[in-house]
Amino acid sequence: MSLLWLRFALGCYLIGLIYAFVALNRTSDLFSRIALHAATLGMVFHFVSLVELFLSGQIVWASLRNGESMLAFLSMVLFLAVYTIYHTTSPGVVVFPVVFFLTFVAAVDQQPVLLTSLVQRRGWLIAHIILIFMGYAALVLSFGASLLYLVQERRLKSKKSASLTGYLPALEVIDQIGYRSLLLGFPFMTLGLLTGSVLAILVYGHVNFFDPKFSLSVLTWAVYMLMVFTRWNSGWRGRRAAVLATFAFVAALVAWAANYFSGIHRFAS
Amino acid sequence: MRFQLIGVNHKSAPLEVRERLAIPESRLADACRELTAYPGIEEGMLISTCNRVEVVTHTVNGHADLRGFLRDHFQLRDEDLDAHLYEFREKDAVRHIFRVASSLDSMVVGEAQILGQVKEAYATARAVGTVRGQLDQLLTRAFAVAKRVRTETAVGSSSVSIASVAVELAKKIFGSLQGKVVFIVGAGKMSELAARHLIAHGCESIFVSNRTYDRAVGLAHKFNGQAIRFDDLYEQCDRADIVITSTGSPQAIFRREHGEQFLSRRKNRPMFFIDIAVPRDVAPDMAKLDGIFTYDMDDLQQAVSSHVADRSKEAELAEAIIASEVEKFESRFEARQHTLDIVPTIVSLQDHLETIRQAEIDRVRGRMGKLTPEQEMAVEALTRGIINKVMHTPITTLKTAAKESEATTIVDVVRRLFNLHEKEKEAGRQQAAKKDEVETRQS
Repeated sequence: MSLLWLRFALGCYLIGLIYAFVALNRTSDLFSRIALHAATLGMVFHFVSLVELFLSGQIVWASLRNGESMLAFLSMVLFLAVYTIYHTTSPGVVVFPVVFFLTFVAAVDQQPVLLTSLVQRRGWLIAHIILIFMGYAALVLSFGASLLYLVQERRLKSKKSASLTGYLPALEVIDQIGYRSLLLGFPFMTLGLLTGSVLAILVYGHVNFFDPKFSLSVLTWAVYMLMVFTRWNSGWRGRRAAVLATFAFVAALVAWAANYFSGIHRFAS
Repeated sequence: MRFQLIGVNHKSAPLEVRERLAIPESRLADACRELTAYPGIEEGMLISTCNRVEVVTHTVNGHADLRGFLRDHFQLRDEDLDAHLYEFREKDAVRHIFRVASSLDSMVVGEAQILGQVKEAYATARAVGTVRGQLDQLLTRAFAVAKRVRTETAVGSSSVSIASVAVELAKKIFGSLQGKVVFIVGAGKMSELAARHLIAHGCESIFVSNRTYDRAVGLAHKFNGQAIRFDDLYEQCDRADIVITSTGSPQAIFRREHGEQFLSRRKNRPMFFIDIAVPRDVAPDMAKLDGIFTYDMDDLQQAVSSHVADRSKEAELAEAIIASEVEKFESRFEARQHTLDIVPTIVSLQDHLETIRQAEIDRVRGRMGKLTPEQEMAVEALTRGIINKVMHTPITTLKTAAKESEATTIVDVVRRLFNLHEKEKEAGRQQAAKKDEVETRQS
């Protein structure tokens, strides 16, 4: 049943995905409103799916599928938060594809795979997952914002009149969205990593620094910190910030992929 | 539709002619009264703005001598006027008034002022009672059409002056202009105007720098700002988010190295240079720096003219809307006119039959003796049913005929067949008698 709701949500996010592609070329108030409503509806389905999963008692916290679903949901929460503050659906251009992809994978993949050895440390596990996913979701959003910043900057510099009528929010607004979500995500990411380390110590007695999952996660975190620092210290934005954000995003993706070949962070089937 | 319109606008007449026809606001009400007093005119209103004078009327026969009115009212000779006047009738008049209200006939197509001016003129004429049923319908529709044009097309959405383009660009960079700092380099008329626009949109502090320090002080004083000595320009300039520059310097005064300095001191917060100097004050390679946006005179001009082009494209769309609205208005107007003729006929026909029915029931009641309430109701239903059944087709025919041109003939036939005219007159006489009675009793 939970899977069914998830698939409904997926259908709604599909509209968001189409919006993401269309919005790059043209501006349509009506369509962005439709996309917004669809996305909100999708979130409702998604939430129902998560709640049902939780109530069913069969929740497997460390399942890859549930994790992806959760990450997608949190990204949407952040997206809506941005919408309430700034009244712009533009970050959707990046957020929708990511969310759609995550939900798609979660809704298709049927076999729950889990980290069997961790089931007894449930509290730490839940904290770890939620924290790290909040960090990831913020990263997705700030990555999206930095790409949009580039687009808008180029439009303004190209001096075509589209820069005046374009649908994108003002440069500084995009910048703020990116920076704030970066600031918001950083503590989550840090705490998520710490809880992960604590878990590793609890289970294995030590942290294996050379495990790909661990080293890649630390790398992601380091780039993340570098982004926050350069932005805070010398106001890096635009191209340089976008390069860093892309790097952090790729690092995060690789760290996620490391689940498949890490010795300690494996979702055993 | 016996609408008739005459007027001059910025296209048809030079300023000297428009001046002589202009009607000051204080005289507008009187002019409206004078207009409706003119032979052949039922309703009328006058629109007088700096770009146009329009005489809008609903006439008795569609051929009122509006030129004569203008000639008399302004004491002008025909030859002064004839070449500049345009005159529209019926549908064309409707179209013209729709175009005027939608700002398609304006000098700057899409400007918003004209609708307000037409509304004012309408309110004045309505207040003195020279606009009633017919013109009221026309003007109300014109306002609705103007609204439709405004919401369904982008006519009037983009800015068309350099200063407003500059403001729009600044907004695209900074979002809100609240609290932003403006730096004026070189005190000139244009930069002053641009600064005024920026302040109107929320910019707060103003710095002014000029080679002649006194002029800087003068301008800074106007804006409640601060004058900066030209030698301190590079030290102070990074405080500004928006720089408006218009010096007469033959070389660029802002070069790449300055831009780099500013950015590092500003922690890379973006800066917007509005360069309205010719030759340019900002070196072209400044624009290559991330976070620095420069717009020179040509860029601004181009934005302005592309907006003007956008507008004319949208204006085509608006013309299509207006064409369809004119058709709609015409058919609805005609229909309403006929329905107006037909409704009283139907009502008096029904009254006539009801009177006959009541009379017949009263007549036979004596012969039938006392009826039970059930029987009473049955008789009621029977008689009513017969009348309704018989009258159904004629009334439907009348209603459909209302939409066609033969309406008047059919109405006439029905009235004659049932002798409705005489009946109405009689009823009118009775009513008047009753009223007199009441009045005499009261006094």
